[in-house]
Amino acid sequence: MKIVIIGNGMVGYKFCEKLVSKCPDRDLLSIVVFGEEIRPAYDRVHLSEFFSGKGAADLALAPASWYSDNNIQLHLSDPVTSIDRSNKTVHSHKGLTVAYDVLILATGSSAFVPPIPGVEKEGVFIYRTIEDLEMMQDYAKRAKKGAVIGGGLLGLEAAKAMIDLGIPDTVVIEFAPRLMPRQVDDAGSRILKSKLEALGLRVQTNKNTAAILGDEYITGMQFTDETHLPVDMLIISAGIKPRDELARAAGLEVGARGGIVVNDHMQTSDPNIFAIGECALHNGMIYGLVAPGYEMAEVVAAQLCGSVKSFHGFDMSTKLKLIGVDVASFGDPFIAGSEFRSVVFEDSCKGIYKRINITADGKQLLGGILIGDAADYNMLLQTVKNKLALPPNPEDLILGARGSSEGHENAGVSSLPDEALICSCESITKGQVCNAVTASGCETVDAIKKCTKAGTGCGGCIPMIKDLMVHTMKSQGKYIRNVLCEHFDLSRQELYDLIKVKELKSYDLVLNELGHGDGCEICKPAVSSIMASIWNEMILKKGNDTAQDSNDRYLANIQKGGTYSVVPRIPGGEITPDKLIVIGSVAKKYNLYTKITGGQRIDLFGAHLNDLPNIWKELIEAGFESGHAYGKALRTVKSCVGSTWCRFGLHDSVSFAIKIEERYRGVRAPHKFKSGVSGCIRECAEAQAKDFGIMATEKGWNLYVCGNGGSKPQHAQLLATDLDDETCIRYIDRFLMFYIKTADPLTRTAAWLNKMEGGIDYLRNVVVNDSLGLAAELEAAMQLLVDNYSCEWKEVVENPELQKRFSHFVNAPEEKDPSVKFEPLREQKIAANWK
Amino acid sequence: MSTITENITWFAACRSADVPQNGGVCVKYNNDQIALFNFTRRGEWYASQNMCPHRMQMALSRGMIGSQDGEPKVACPFHKRTFSLITGACLNGDECAIKTYPVKVEDGLVYIGIPEADGPLPA
Repeated sequence: MKIVIIGNGMVGYKFCEKLVSKCPDRDLLSIVVFGEEIRPAYDRVHLSEFFSGKGAADLALAPASWYSDNNIQLHLSDPVTSIDRSNKTVHSHKGLTVAYDVLILATGSSAFVPPIPGVEKEGVFIYRTIEDLEMMQDYAKRAKKGAVIGGGLLGLEAAKAMIDLGIPDTVVIEFAPRLMPRQVDDAGSRILKSKLEALGLRVQTNKNTAAILGDEYITGMQFTDETHLPVDMLIISAGIKPRDELARAAGLEVGARGGIVVNDHMQTSDPNIFAIGECALHNGMIYGLVAPGYEMAEVVAAQLCGSVKSFHGFDMSTKLKLIGVDVASFGDPFIAGSEFRSVVFEDSCKGIYKRINITADGKQLLGGILIGDAADYNMLLQTVKNKLALPPNPEDLILGARGSSEGHENAGVSSLPDEALICSCESITKGQVCNAVTASGCETVDAIKKCTKAGTGCGGCIPMIKDLMVHTMKSQGKYIRNVLCEHFDLSRQELYDLIKVKELKSYDLVLNELGHGDGCEICKPAVSSIMASIWNEMILKKGNDTAQDSNDRYLANIQKGGTYSVVPRIPGGEITPDKLIVIGSVAKKYNLYTKITGGQRIDLFGAHLNDLPNIWKELIEAGFESGHAYGKALRTVKSCVGSTWCRFGLHDSVSFAIKIEERYRGVRAPHKFKSGVSGCIRECAEAQAKDFGIMATEKGWNLYVCGNGGSKPQHAQLLATDLDDETCIRYIDRFLMFYIKTADPLTRTAAWLNKMEGGIDYLRNVVVNDSLGLAAELEAAMQLLVDNYSCEWKEVVENPELQKRFSHFVNAPEEKDPSVKFEPLREQKIAANWK
Repeated sequence: MSTITENITWFAACRSADVPQNGGVCVKYNNDQIALFNFTRRGEWYASQNMCPHRMQMALSRGMIGSQDGEPKVACPFHKRTFSLITGACLNGDECAIKTYPVKVEDGLVYIGIPEADGPLPA
């Protein structure tokens, strides 16, 4: 059978893939593909990643060699110009004539460009292909004011592209009264709009563009409400238009508003011609998502390979991350009427909106919308699709089971039937995923992806695949091992216990005794950190220097350009004028850029490796010591001024902060940790954003733990109240050592607590009520670290052997790295930008 | 490596004791920089260009060395791109490969082999 496929987009490629993998008589098929772009099919869904660093090769679904390896003739840059149905041949632009028995139209869609006067001007783009993006890239260099017509899914993707292109001011213009009118309701659109505005985009709804202004190139836009906007680059992303012109010319039936009419078998009005993807009009619907396109490809491939399969519409539920904001819409998002009820949760502070639509009897979930937090999407979608029973209070579905949410999620996965669709891009069911684990022995998400193809499309189902995998492995009685890397078949916690029991004090010994191979950049710093957390010996001795992460190895933070930054400890943020002057004069002498850090100390940037020992010699002589800014260790204990000066202060927060900082300075942990002490409930030290935070009360101190700033801010939780100084410190000792002993590498306290079964209640039991009987041991372990503290830089300054490593060239120790370049900025210098 | 057979200039870089065990140093060679690694654990020496091709930083000599499936590698301290110390290939991304050089140790001195046909090192 001769099969010709017109179009080499995502769906066209998927069809080839399915044909090759499914057909029992593959050898009897000849497959010829025509594509009009210069590249083989690529991932258009993730097109915007092209600007955030993914190259065309990363986006490719398969290299050109895949087609030849599978005996598929691929003609690129060669669009088909006509179909001769009576002779069953197609003719291409380059003059090829190819005969077919079966013809597949996978011609996709083009951008719909509304007939606005001026759309032909320079600086007006559409957002569809890699070529479009390449053209934008050149133009964007001169553009300052961007606009996007279209506030739908593609429009917002295009707006993200504008941000990635570095255009500082971009306006999204939507004709409808709300953003994403197909997926989101008015209230959801309001929340989405405020989130996008917080990210620097402007949004104007109810706007109809009348004209695009400018001579040769765009300078502005005129709207029907008489307003106008200065614009120097515009992307039109107002919708798609099915590519049906070939079909139309060949006399196939097409819809009144475009699209090639197909039946449930994806057959056009000519039974030998099929249409799949965005060009196909099924039951009056054009499907502009990739998942239904893949399903259509599956339907046709199955029929050609001898089985019976048909297409009966497709669920348009979708979950996306648009410019960093989660947006999901599932089932029927808008349903309303007396037989239905909606539960709505809105938090305009955090920018979260959730709506679920349920039957009036509260028994069945019909659909909903999630904005700002779509973590529940997979479970909710499965609940709709499989008509799962709802909990007695349906609001639990979006508000979460109070307390730990983990139980809920796991219970959810196990309650799904085997036929529940997990990956809708590839049509993979729960049964198939679980089978990959039990029958094929897949024990990583990557293995499951390889074996079943689940999770290889949009990737939205990967968390669920992982849950299913873990759940299935647990139910097989398998111990889920969380090993460090290929050199150690041990978890961090196991390694910690073994290193302690065996009293191992160098990386090489640990590798000899407990691991194998030569080590790597994952296990070296992890093992070094564990040894430091147990013994607190000078980290550059016993051959451990080369097992430290680079910053620890040079006791400074490597910065852009290869210079280092220097951060002396300023406990509690308190510093004398004399010490300030020393920092100033050292910075001047070594020509360093100075900046106050977020942790109430001063960072000196731009130090050459060779200068570090001399800089520290001067700082140490003036009474400073290492600030451990380079280590996974205690950073700062931030304080407010407290009762010494503040009229509201209840206790002396500065003195307590200094005491705390001096106690835990240099203590190394799985990750960096920070603290704060506030003198009253006003919380000026932001202690609740720290790994442990202390806040004065009338009766003593309240201790909060496991807070975090950073990319995923999380408030610390209250561990104990009204403590005196000594008890507070004892609890912190226990808390920190328990964290150091049990957390995975590079896990902050917040993430550690989030994974802990039983959460804060369990932690409180361990720390306050000593439920594990570990309290004395934990306190003793911490006291050992405190007693063994010494300033690392002081040791280097006093030890010529250690100093030798602080030179750039081994064979020219006096010379500095000549490749280091600086640029001036506001009377200081900064690192020259890198490529 | 197969092309570098004959015309090699052996350049005396430093004493073997100058290079930390299982670590690297940077060697100045005319106006170029070469990273030299003393992989004590394998009893082997390696040398490569010092510049990491990812962000053009002179940093590989300060990276951690190790192995992946038995292949010796170095990880750039900036963003942990890793490169084979044998072939120079990038092992965890699509950076271009780094140049590697032969190394020999004689009488406590470490020599790096510079192929004569080779132009200057990457700046």
